[in-house]
Amino acid sequence: MTAPDRPLVRARDVHKAFGSNEVLKGIDLDVAPGETVVILGPSGSGKSTFLRCINHLETIDQGSIEVDGEQIGYRLRNGRLDRLSDREIARQRRKIGMVFQQFNLYPHMTALENVIEAPVGVHGQDRGEAVRYARELLIRVGLEQKIDAYPRQLSGGQQQRVAIARALAIRPKLMLFDEPTSALDPELVGEVLATMRDLANQGLTMIVVTHEIGFAREAADRVVFMDGGHVIETGPPDEVLTNPSHPRTRSFLGRFI
Amino acid sequence: MTDTAHLAARLPRLAEDEQRDVRRAHRPFPFDRVVLWGVTLVLAGGFAYIVAINPNFEWPVVGKYFFDPTVMQGLTVTLGLTVVGMAIGIALGLVLAIARMSKDRLAWSLSALFIWFFRGTPLLVQLIFWYNMSTLFPRISIGIASWDTNDLITPLTAAVLGLALNEAAYMAEIIRGGLLSVDKGQAETAEAFGMTRGRALRRIIIPQAMKSIVPPTGNQLISMIKATSLVSVIAMADLLYSVQSIYNRTFEIIPLLMVAVLWYLLITSILNIGQSAIERYYGRGDRGSANAIAPAVPDAVSEQESAR
Repeated sequence: MTAPDRPLVRARDVHKAFGSNEVLKGIDLDVAPGETVVILGPSGSGKSTFLRCINHLETIDQGSIEVDGEQIGYRLRNGRLDRLSDREIARQRRKIGMVFQQFNLYPHMTALENVIEAPVGVHGQDRGEAVRYARELLIRVGLEQKIDAYPRQLSGGQQQRVAIARALAIRPKLMLFDEPTSALDPELVGEVLATMRDLANQGLTMIVVTHEIGFAREAADRVVFMDGGHVIETGPPDEVLTNPSHPRTRSFLGRFI
Repeated sequence: MTDTAHLAARLPRLAEDEQRDVRRAHRPFPFDRVVLWGVTLVLAGGFAYIVAINPNFEWPVVGKYFFDPTVMQGLTVTLGLTVVGMAIGIALGLVLAIARMSKDRLAWSLSALFIWFFRGTPLLVQLIFWYNMSTLFPRISIGIASWDTNDLITPLTAAVLGLALNEAAYMAEIIRGGLLSVDKGQAETAEAFGMTRGRALRRIIIPQAMKSIVPPTGNQLISMIKATSLVSVIAMADLLYSVQSIYNRTFEIIPLLMVAVLWYLLITSILNIGQSAIERYYGRGDRGSANAIAPAVPDAVSEQESAR
């Protein structure tokens, strides 16, 4: 039922407040299939909150978000909008992979067990098949030596690459990255960004919240700049990053030069 | 020559540097420790000797009754009550803990009320209460089915109910504490991957919570074994009750109490061993340090200290 030119992610007038603190003040965003969108902006601009709204980790107060032709958290039928049950929301999340700032690997499971947990337990995949694909993914992120290691035995960069493999294992239509390199030591950032660049080049649809301007320049198809709960500028990276039109974008980028 | 010899950072050596190498150091002789050990061993040996030669302990009588059929039956009842009471206590405690943590006001209130009542009254009182339930409700009916309370509440069911419900209240708080100790990001990650709440609990949260649930549960289990001795007041023939029934006949009070004491100690010792095994299992992700960066960075400097 998805029209060929319908965006994979379609957010309209998204508002979100925590108590009296209004974090999102009407966000509109389209993400086309295969597109890599990097969201930049100062701390507190609402970019992480918006990302978390896309898979309903946060509920929104106004507006709507659609992923792959389905409204997240709700169902529209004959003009009537119903909230979905927890079980149906869980089902919607199964096509969205997410990578967290703090990695959030399951500490009591090995790298391989982390990767196959959702495919086997949630998607009902055959275990042998899941293990085969998990090995393939762990090799792809450069961790074939660490398949049986527990998260505690891995460096931050290795943990984050396992987390990326874990998100890929569910064969997601959309990948969300929530500041994936912010908790890493500087010398480990590169290995994670390289993995993400590969994914972007392979045509995976990705939304990346980050502070890595370099990554935005090299890997993004489009950069979205957020400030104070609004999208204030969006466009191809060369335009937004080299020749920003909004003064806030200019002052933000100025700090990185 | 050694590998470090050609490093630019190598500074001139003095002759005594070799002697000052800390690997050659001797440990100071631990006079104080030796003295303390000596005193302790002498005292312990003396005490053991006094106990062994004191005829009032009547060790031969202890030996005679240690495997007595009555004692064995009492032991079975004690172990049975402990296992059943603990199993129901843990299962019900888990439900109560989850209810206590839910956003649902009804579940939260019912759980809080249960814990408030069963933790707030003495176990002995609860046991006597269950045992005398028939004076309160002579008949118990569910729908059209109806039973005489005295048929339902035997000493056995009164004991099981009393022990299990009391235990559930304590276990609920232990389990709740354990669940709260797990990083919030774990539940969120499970949610983001489309797990249902039940699956997230079973696969992600509870296995991590076990690390902080097991030690206090071991404590509870040991308390429970001893708490079962309370059921002797409602005429359940547990370990203590059975030795009492023997010494009421033979008047060999001390040796028969020693039989019970030795059995209680034996069981709790076995349980301690089991507990450490379980703790090792749930701590399996803790092996290795957070900074065990293997060959991630082929850094020349960090390799140097191993090569001398």
